[in-house]
Amino acid sequence: MAAVPEPPAAQSEAPASAAASAPSLASVSVSIPVPIPVPVPVPVPALAATPSPTPSPTPVPTPSPTPTPAPGPGPAPSPAPSPSSTPSPTLVPKVEPNESPAENHKPGPVPAPAAGPGPAPSPELPDKQTLLAVLQFLKKNHFKEAEEILRKEANLQESLDESLLRAAGQRGSDSVHQPDVSSVLSAYSNEGDPSLYEEYYTGLKGFIETALDAFKAELSTLLYPVFVHLYLELVYNEHEREARHFFHKYHGDQEGYYHDDLRVLAGLSKKEHMQGNETVLDFRTSKFVLRISRDSYQCLKRHLQERHNNQIWNIVQEHLFIDVFDGMPRSKQQIEVTSGGMAGEAKREANKTKVFFGLLKEPEIELPLDDEDEEGENEEGKPKKKKPKKDSLGAKSKKQDPNAPPQNRIPLPELKDSDKLDKIMIMKEATKRVKLGPDCLPSICFYTFLNAYQGLTAVDFTDDSSLIAGGFADSTVRVWSVTPKKLRSVKGATDLSLIDKESEDVLERIMDEKTACEFKMLLGHGGPVYGTSFSPDRNYLLSSSEDGTVRLWSLQTFTCLVGYKGHNYPVWDTQFSPYGYYFISGGHDRVARLWVTDHYQPLRIFSGHLSDVTCTRFHPNSNYVVTGSADRTIRLWDVLNGNCVRILTGHKGPIHSLVFSPNGRYLASGATDGRILLWDIGHGLLVGELKGHTDTVYALKFSRDGEILASGSMDHTVKMWDTVKAFEDLETDDFSTATGHINLPDNSQELLLGSYMTKSTPVIGLHFTRRNLLLAAGAYNPQ
Amino acid sequence: MAEEKKLKISNTLLPTESMKVIAESIGIAQLSEETCQSLTEEVSYRIKELAQDALKYMHHGKRKKLTTVDIDCALKLKNVEPLYGFHAQEFIPFRYASGGGRELHFYEEKEVDLSDIINTPLPRVPLDVCLKAHWLSIEGVQPAIPENPPPAPKEQQKVESTEPLKVIKPGQEEEGQAKGKGQGAAATDGKGKDKKKSLLDGGVMKLKPRTTHELSVEQQLYYKEITEACVGSCEAKRAEALQSIATDPGLYQMLPRFSTFISEGVRVNVVQNNLALLIYLMRMVKALMDNPTLYLEKYLHELIPAVVTCIVSRQLCLRPDVDNHWALRDFAARLMAQICKNFSTTTNNIQSRITKTFTKSWLDDKTPWTTRYGCIAGLAELGHDVIKTLIIQRLQIEGERIRTVLEGPVVSNIDKIGADHVQSLLLKHCAPVVAKIRSPPDNQESYKTDYGYLGPMLCTHVVKARAQAAMQAQQVNRTTLTITQPRPTLTISQSPQTSRAPSIIKVPSSITLPMQTLVSARPSTPTQPSPPATKFIMMSSASGSSSTQQPRPTLTISQSPQSSQPSTSPSIFKVPSSITLPMQTLLTRPSTPTQSSPSPTNYIVMSSSSGSSSTQQVITLRTTPCGTGSTSPVTTTVASIQPIVKLVSTSQTAPSSTVTGSTQKYIVVSLPSASESKAQSSNNSLQQHSPK
Repeated sequence: MAAVPEPPAAQSEAPASAAASAPSLASVSVSIPVPIPVPVPVPVPALAATPSPTPSPTPVPTPSPTPTPAPGPGPAPSPAPSPSSTPSPTLVPKVEPNESPAENHKPGPVPAPAAGPGPAPSPELPDKQTLLAVLQFLKKNHFKEAEEILRKEANLQESLDESLLRAAGQRGSDSVHQPDVSSVLSAYSNEGDPSLYEEYYTGLKGFIETALDAFKAELSTLLYPVFVHLYLELVYNEHEREARHFFHKYHGDQEGYYHDDLRVLAGLSKKEHMQGNETVLDFRTSKFVLRISRDSYQCLKRHLQERHNNQIWNIVQEHLFIDVFDGMPRSKQQIEVTSGGMAGEAKREANKTKVFFGLLKEPEIELPLDDEDEEGENEEGKPKKKKPKKDSLGAKSKKQDPNAPPQNRIPLPELKDSDKLDKIMIMKEATKRVKLGPDCLPSICFYTFLNAYQGLTAVDFTDDSSLIAGGFADSTVRVWSVTPKKLRSVKGATDLSLIDKESEDVLERIMDEKTACEFKMLLGHGGPVYGTSFSPDRNYLLSSSEDGTVRLWSLQTFTCLVGYKGHNYPVWDTQFSPYGYYFISGGHDRVARLWVTDHYQPLRIFSGHLSDVTCTRFHPNSNYVVTGSADRTIRLWDVLNGNCVRILTGHKGPIHSLVFSPNGRYLASGATDGRILLWDIGHGLLVGELKGHTDTVYALKFSRDGEILASGSMDHTVKMWDTVKAFEDLETDDFSTATGHINLPDNSQELLLGSYMTKSTPVIGLHFTRRNLLLAAGAYNPQ
Repeated sequence: MAEEKKLKISNTLLPTESMKVIAESIGIAQLSEETCQSLTEEVSYRIKELAQDALKYMHHGKRKKLTTVDIDCALKLKNVEPLYGFHAQEFIPFRYASGGGRELHFYEEKEVDLSDIINTPLPRVPLDVCLKAHWLSIEGVQPAIPENPPPAPKEQQKVESTEPLKVIKPGQEEEGQAKGKGQGAAATDGKGKDKKKSLLDGGVMKLKPRTTHELSVEQQLYYKEITEACVGSCEAKRAEALQSIATDPGLYQMLPRFSTFISEGVRVNVVQNNLALLIYLMRMVKALMDNPTLYLEKYLHELIPAVVTCIVSRQLCLRPDVDNHWALRDFAARLMAQICKNFSTTTNNIQSRITKTFTKSWLDDKTPWTTRYGCIAGLAELGHDVIKTLIIQRLQIEGERIRTVLEGPVVSNIDKIGADHVQSLLLKHCAPVVAKIRSPPDNQESYKTDYGYLGPMLCTHVVKARAQAAMQAQQVNRTTLTITQPRPTLTISQSPQTSRAPSIIKVPSSITLPMQTLVSARPSTPTQPSPPATKFIMMSSASGSSSTQQPRPTLTISQSPQSSQPSTSPSIFKVPSSITLPMQTLLTRPSTPTQSSPSPTNYIVMSSSSGSSSTQQVITLRTTPCGTGSTSPVTTTVASIQPIVKLVSTSQTAPSSTVTGSTQKYIVVSLPSASESKAQSSNNSLQQHSPK
C-alpha cells in the first residue's frame, strides 16, 4: 500500500500519467539486454510501437470486405497519447530484437500471413510459374514424396501457389468468373459438370465404406472437408440448385460438432455471399488439417489415382493438409477426441516447441512472519504450524524448477514494498490453508447479484478476495467490497496539498472518508462490458467492452486512467498478468493483443485464430498466454517472440473459459458443449475430459494447491472435480505425443466430487481464497 | 435430430409476398416476381448471418435468450445502424392481423396523448443491483436454506411417491434399445447378452433405494423448535413456526417426522380431549399443505386418519356443551377437502373412499350428533355435486331426526346443541345448491313436502341466497365498463337504467366477435369518457378460446341477466397491458347461465399483455356466499399478486335486497407489479377461497 505517492488528481485520462504512476515498471523495460537491432522481420506479428505505414500486420491474412483493424499509430483518438509519452514507445521496440528472427513463417494453418495474394505476386510470377510447372510435372508422374518436399519448401506462399495453380489450370479452359471476384475465391472456379459432384462425393464415401476397418475411421475424416469444398465450388460456380440439393443430401453425414459451421454454409446460395463470409474465407485461406497414418494415406492415394478422380484429388491437394504419420491407424474414438476444430486438428509440428511451463522462482523475502504468527496462535499447537510453512516456502522458492523459464526471459516489474507485504500476507494465509481432497471439500460462498436483469456479463475477484468487480450489459463496471472495509477514494488535489507528507499515517490521511461506501460504479464504456480483471496489487482494474476498448481504472480514485484502443471490434476478454504491468486482450477481430499499462499500443499481436478470440489467460509464469476461440481451438503463445507454441484441438464448441493449474503444467478449458478438457502443456496433449455440465462452462478455477478444479456453468451448477486423480499416471510418452493416439479414460463420474445447484443463478465467476474457500458469483435470473 | 433442425433452417426463405408488402409499405407499387425472388434470397441470407452474429453476443452476455440488443450489436458489427426502439427485453411489439386474404404482422404505432404520459405518475425506479452472499455448500454439503434450491424438487417428490417405477424407466428403455442394437450387430452374441440384461432389468425393478435419513444437528434443533412452538403457548411463536413450515424449502427431509408428530399428537390429544392442541396440529397440517416445495402424498396414510379424526371424533373437548369444537370440525373438513383435491387420483381413490366413510357413519342411526356434524361437514366441503347427490337426498330423514331432538322430549342438552348445529350446517350448505337446482317460485309448502322438517327454513335460506346473488348480479350487470389502457385504474359504474335489458357489448370498431354468449341488443352509452387507449382481447368462458382484437380500445359493456336466471358462470376477460402497466379490471358476467359454480358469483378477470411472450395475471374475485347484506359484498382473493382492491361506493347503497339502479360503484383493482409468472397465478387463481 505504499505506492501512488503522486497526487492522484493528476491521473485523469492521459496514458502518460499512467506511465508516470508506475515509474518502476517503465524502468524495467530499459533494463533489457539489448542485442544488435536487427530489422524486424515482417511476418512476426508483434510490432508494438513501430509506426508501420502499411497495414501489414493485420490479423486477417487475406483481403476481406470486412474492415480489418489496422493497429497503426493513426487511429488512437480521444485519450490520445500526449507528447510527453513519446519517449516511452522508444523503449518498447527494444524488446523486439530480443526475438529470434529465424522464424520467417508462423507454424500453424494460416498461410500467407503477410501479404494477401492479390496485389503482391506480380513481380515474382515467373518464378512461381516454373515452380508450378515442376510441381505439376511431379504430380503428373506421381512423385509424391518429391512433390511434398518441394511443396514444403515453397510452403511460404502455399495458398498463393494454390490459387495460381488453379488459375493456371483455368487459363486453358478460359474462366468466365475470373475477373469480377476476389482472387481468393477464384480457386473454386471450375467448369466441371455440376451433376457429377454428387458422384464424386458418393464415390469417395463408397470407397471409405468399403475400405478396411482399420483405415475407415481415419479416412472418414476426409468426408467433411471434401463435402464443404465441393459445396463451395458448386455455389461459386452458380449451380445454385445443385448446390442446395447436394448440401441437403449429404450434410447429415457430417459430425455433430461441425453443425455450427454447416449452418453458416447452408445459408450460402449465391456467389456474392461468399465474398463477405468469414467462414468461407477460413475454409479457403486455411488448410484443413487431417492426421492420417501412412497406410491409410497410401490407400486413399491409390484409390484416387485409380479412379482418376481429379476433382477430389484437387481438393485434397489444395485445401487439405494431410499430416501423415508412421504407425498404427487411429481408432474412431482416438480421432474423435481431438477433432472438432474449425480447421481440423493441429499439425504435429505445431506442438513441438519446448514450453517452459514451470514457475518462476519466488523472490526471497525476509519474513517477520514468525513472531506475529506465534502471537496469534500460540495456543493452537506449534508443531502443526511449522510444517506447512516449510512446504509452502521451501518447495517453491529454494529449488529452481527445471521446466521454468529463465528468470529474466521477459522483463517483469520490480517488487514494490507493498507487493512484498502482500507476499508475506499470502504466505501467512497459506499456512492456514485448508488441505483439500476428496474427503475435504471446500465450502462455497455464493455471491448472488440481485436485480441485475440478466445484465451481468463478467465477474472478477481480487486475489485476496476483498473486492468483486462486475461488468454489466448496461456498460457499467461496479466494484464491491466484500469485507467490512469500505471503498474510499483519494481526496482532491487541494485537500491533498494540506496533508503533512511526513506523518506516519499519510496513506490513511489521503483517503476521503466522505466517499466511503460499499460499492463504486465506474462509468465510461459505450457498450456491454465483457471482461474485467483486477491487477495483482489491487490498484487497477481492467475492463473490456463491446465498444472496442479496454479501459484501465484506478481503484484509488475510481476514475478511468487509459482507454486502450486497438481492437476495433468487441473485446471479449482481458486479463492482467500475474505479475502486473502486462495484460492481454482478445476480441472479435480474431487476434489477441499483449499490452503494457504504460503504452497505448499493444506490444504483441497474436494472430492465427480463425474466429473470435473468446477468452484469454496468462500463464502463472507470465511468459505465455493462452487464448480460446470460437474456432474451437486453444492456442498457447509465447510472450517473448509472439509465436504460437501450442494448438490444442478437441473442443466441439466455442471455448469460454480457461485456467492454468497453479503449478503451470496443466490447463483446463470449458466450452459451450459443457465439457471440460484437461491439457498437458508440456506435451501439448489432451489428458482428460470432464463431462457433467449440460450447458456452457463459463468459470473454471483450480484450488490454491491444485487438488480440486471447480467449474461453474450456465446450467446453474458448481461442480468440483478431483484433479489429483485426473492427473495421476498419465500416459504422456513420446509416441502418443507424436501420433495423437490418445485414449481418454471415461471416468468423469469418479472424478466428480460434488455438484451444487443454485436456485436459478448461472455461475459465471469462481475464485478460491488464499485459505481455499471457494467463492462463486452469478446473477439471479428469475424465470 | 440436430440435422433435421438444420434442414429446416437452411430451407427457410422469407416468402416473396413479404417483399411485396414491404415494398408497398415504402411506396414501390410494382415489383416483379424475379426481383422479389432475388430479394428474398438475399435478405434471408443476411438475416441468417445477423442471427448467427447475434448469437455470439448472447453467449458472451452469458444469457440463454437472444435479445433485441444482440441483434443491434450484430448490426453494428456489420456497420449498419441498429434498429432503435426495440429495447424492451421481453416485449416484441408486433401484432398479427388477418383480413382480405392476407396475414400480416405489423408494428403497432399507437397514438399517444402526451398529456397522458405527463400526467401518469412515474413508474417505480427499478431496484439497483446488489450483492448477496449465502452458503451454497458447507464442506461439501448443501445447506437447506431458502437461498438454495430445495433438496428434492416437488416434481421429483411427486414422481417418487406416485410412480416409483417411473424413476427407473428411462434406464430400462435405454437397455431395451441396447438390446435391440446388440441383436442387430451381433446376432450370435446377442442371446447371452440378452439374458444377462433381462436379469439386470429385473434387478433394477426390485431395487428401491433404501436410505436412512439422518437429520443433521441443525435440522434436529429446527425440528425441536418448530414442534415446540407449534403446540406451545406463545401465539406469536406459533405463527412464526407455521410460517416457516409453510415457506421453508428444506423440509423435505423432515417431513416423515412432522407427519408422525401430527398423527401421534392427534391420537394422544383426542383421548385427552385437548381441543387447543388438536387445533394447533391441524394448523400444522395446513401449513405443510401450503408449502410449495413439499409433496405430501407419501405421508397421507398418517395425515388423513389424523384429519378425519378431528372431523368425526365423538368428543374433541372436555366440555362439549361450551367449547367450540365445531370450528375445528369445519376447519379439518376443509383440510380434508383440500387433500382430496390435491392428491386424489384414480389409483388411490382418496375422495371416494373418504366419501364412503363419511356416508357410512352418517347413515348409522346410532351415530352421535358430533360425529354426524363432522360427516356432513366433511361431505359438504367436497363440493356441490356431493351435496346434491348425497346430502339433499337425505334432508328429509335428517330433518326428522333433528325435529325429534329439538321438539321432542328433552333428552340432553348436548344432543340439542348438536342437533342445532347440524341443522344450521345443513341449511348453510344446502341453500346455495338448492337455489341452483330449483326454479324461483320459492314456496314454503312445496319445500316442506320436498324436504320435510327443514323445508321452511331452507326456503327462507334459499330466498336469501337468491336475493344476494341477484343483488350482486345487479350491481355488476348493470354496469358500464370503461377500460383505459395506460391508466392503472379501472372504473366500473352502474348505468342508471333499471330495466333488465339483454346484455350488450359495444365495441367501437369491431372486427369479428366470436362471442356467442354475449348477445348484443341495445347499446348503452358509456358514462365515462374513455381516453383513446389501445385494444384488448376478450374471452368468454363459455366459448373458451374465442378472442378478438380491436384496434380501438374503448370498450363498453352493459349487460343484464335474464331476470329468471341468476347466473353464476364466470366470465373471463383478457386485457392487454404492456408490462410496465400493471393494472387490471373487473367485468361482468355473461347472460347465459351455463354452469353451476360453487359460489354465487365469480368474476374472473384476466389481464395480459397480448403477444406470445407476455405474462398473465389472473385475478379472481369472489362474492361471499353468505347472504348478509353489507356495504362491501365483494371479498377478493387474489392469487399471489396481491392487488389493491377497493370498492368505492359513491352514493348510498342498497345493501341486501334487490338493487335499485341508482347506486354507483367503482371497483378499482390495481396490481403493484407485473412480475408474477403466468403459470403460478393462473394455476392458483381458480382455486383460492377466502378462508373465513
